[in-house]
Amino acid sequence: MAESRKPILYSYFRSSCSWRVRIALALKNMDYEMITINLTKDGGQQFSEEFQALNPMKQVPALKIDGITIGQSLAIIEYLEETRPTPRLLPQDPKKRAHVRMISHLLASGIQPLQNLSVLKQVGQENQLTWAQRAISSGFNALEQILQGTAGKYCVGDEVSMADLCLAPQVANADRFKVDLTPYPTISRINKVTAGLEAFQVSHPCRQPDTPPELRA
Amino acid sequence: MKQVPALKIDGITIGQSLAIIEYLEETRPTPRLLPQDPKKRAHVRMISHLLASGIQPLQNLSVLKQVGQENQLTWAQRAISSGFNALEQILQGTAGKYCVGDEVSMADLCLAPQVANADRFKVDLTPYPTISRINKVLLLEAFQVSHPCRQPDTPPELRA
Repeated sequence: MAESRKPILYSYFRSSCSWRVRIALALKNMDYEMITINLTKDGGQQFSEEFQALNPMKQVPALKIDGITIGQSLAIIEYLEETRPTPRLLPQDPKKRAHVRMISHLLASGIQPLQNLSVLKQVGQENQLTWAQRAISSGFNALEQILQGTAGKYCVGDEVSMADLCLAPQVANADRFKVDLTPYPTISRINKVTAGLEAFQVSHPCRQPDTPPELRA
Repeated sequence: MKQVPALKIDGITIGQSLAIIEYLEETRPTPRLLPQDPKKRAHVRMISHLLASGIQPLQNLSVLKQVGQENQLTWAQRAISSGFNALEQILQGTAGKYCVGDEVSMADLCLAPQVANADRFKVDLTPYPTISRINKVLLLEAFQVSHPCRQPDTPPELRA
């Protein structure tokens, strides 16, 4: 029966959206198979007919689980939360859940899409760094302010949530695009704390099956 | 974020439209905006996120300002077409009368405004028959009263 197979995650080591889902699967102690999709090799393996049939958005991540295929990292994470509810990735209280989702969406639709691979290709190589830095800084300016009101040890209170899963990969992107993080002390603090968690470490881009040797931890 | 919408409700303020909608769903659960079945909920969220993070942010006001006036139309059309290409394919597997099965969901709430944007940016909708069909069916009162042409701040020349 298709439903009893291990879940399959389609992932690229450096994709921040894939990393979010890898963290979720690790936090939930879920066993899964990974198929890596190289976004730059062969013109981009995400454009193959085979992958497009699986995920028409031609993007990673995609998760094959329980007989369905889900694209969009937050849709995947919410499905995992609803079907494998422990440990929790969303608090019980609806207002705290709203804060977790607000922060997650700020990151996942307010920042990341504006600096992902296909948009950067469109703006042209000479503009890419400025464009990415601008997207990240303006988003982080807003997020730093929001976190003043919501953060405890983590983005929302003192429990790891979907918001933290979205934050860590975006901070890694900020480093990659040389964004100065000095204006964002809360973001930096939370990122340091989550970097010490095993689930964030095993899912890190530098430890994936498709991590190139020169970037491997 | 210096963006709309924001909702002040029950003593908190929530930004990000999907976070707002999920809060409304959790605290005012009827009528439903998300199906009961987790797999259908996953489809609703996948479609909603495709629209809300895969298409809309790439053609919103602040991005269009950055690409410059002469590039705006092409840029917006490209973002919408590539997103709609994918969505049309996904809807083959999920749609009934609406985006997911036969009940209105958060996915439909995300679709209608994006189709209106597609019209505004002169995107040809012929390649997207399922998207067009569902959009036509969304003639429910909730979609009409909320339409941009019927708001307190609608300019006179755009008012219905």
